[in-house]
Amino acid sequence: MTRVHDMGGRFGDGSVIPEAEDAPVFPQEWHGRALAVTLAAGFLGQWNIDISRHARERLSPKDYTRFSYYEKWISGLADLLIERGVLTLEDLKGGNGDTPHPLASRALKAENVSAALAKGGPADRPSKVAMRFQPGQAVRTAHPSANRLIDGGHTRLPIYAAGAQGRILRLHGTHVLPDSNAHGLGEAPEPLYAVAFAASELWANPENPKDEVVLDLWQSYLEPA
Amino acid sequence: MTQPAAMPHDDHDHPHALLPPEPALRVKALETILTRKGLIDPAALDEIIDTYQNKIGPQNGARVVAKAWADPEFKRALLEDATPVVADLGFYGRQGEHIVVVENTPELHNMVVCTLCSCYPWPLLGIPPGWYKSDAYRARAVREPRKVLADFGVSLPKDTAIRVWDSTAEIRYLVLPMRPEGTESLPEDELTALVTRDSMIGTGLPKVPS
Repeated sequence: MTRVHDMGGRFGDGSVIPEAEDAPVFPQEWHGRALAVTLAAGFLGQWNIDISRHARERLSPKDYTRFSYYEKWISGLADLLIERGVLTLEDLKGGNGDTPHPLASRALKAENVSAALAKGGPADRPSKVAMRFQPGQAVRTAHPSANRLIDGGHTRLPIYAAGAQGRILRLHGTHVLPDSNAHGLGEAPEPLYAVAFAASELWANPENPKDEVVLDLWQSYLEPA
Repeated sequence: MTQPAAMPHDDHDHPHALLPPEPALRVKALETILTRKGLIDPAALDEIIDTYQNKIGPQNGARVVAKAWADPEFKRALLEDATPVVADLGFYGRQGEHIVVVENTPELHNMVVCTLCSCYPWPLLGIPPGWYKSDAYRARAVREPRKVLADFGVSLPKDTAIRVWDSTAEIRYLVLPMRPEGTESLPEDELTALVTRDSMIGTGLPKVPS
């Protein structure tokens, strides 16, 4: 049911260490390379953002915990390249050097980088799913938090907010459903809402009764309360 | 291309273990393999790094905030539907396709986190700082935001409510901090210099003019 990436509310992680505003964007040179290789490989068009997030989440708990941020990226990417059939295990071992690849024509060229990054990839789509909730309405999230299409699959309802009552703050329109899109089951767009939860609904000892947490949640995660 | 492998939701072997374990070497190995097959272009990688190291960063968000402080009509439009408004300033693109701006007031302080990964408004703030991606921030910001703020040296009045936005979808949040007192006569470009990255995430406050 759970994966280690879903850490909201967890105890024991210690202090947050702030950084200077002008600290380097990439403290190590390989951080920038890891980010760039990952983005460039994404432009080959063999997966979507939900699949790539899920690839990182599926690192073993041991790896997820011990890897630094960009180690997760590069390791998730390697796994994805194999899983999607872009590379073979032999390739990863460095065995098949310069064999031309059928996808090479899709490789992102330097002169197209700026336009490709500026274009983005919006997640809103037209949807036939009727909107069930209005701002102000009380709702309850699904319990347990889980992908209802694929056991152990990707979902964006964190465990800490499962089975909790909140209220609709705003509608964001209709967006691609990650639970479906991460598994090649289609984009399945549906209404997406910002839902506010009182801290006392989520935590045994909230810091302040006035505080709230807001999550963006898809309609299928919600029931009327 | 070859037939994609089935899309298992779980797996029992992890191909990444075939790459060298040391992170810098692991990245280099994968870059080399992909480059030799013509799947990535090292010059494109340089361009991506240059973009996020030198061109796109919190200076973009600071312009938006200063403009909102200086121009009530801009601020109204920004809070109503930020995406087209910031796109007009040239700020749109990857990880910034759906922007929502949330306003701090004496009654309400906003703070942004992504507990599940590291979602962040790239076109406005660039690549997130290390602490934003850390387990400690992801785990604690939702449960004890006031203690997290204390780690940043920020203390809020008890009667100011905190609203923590957990970025669980493709909506990217930017905090509009309160305009510091004593800045009424400052022009927009001087206001821009007061806007810190952390103040737009909600873990800091703007600088006060000296």
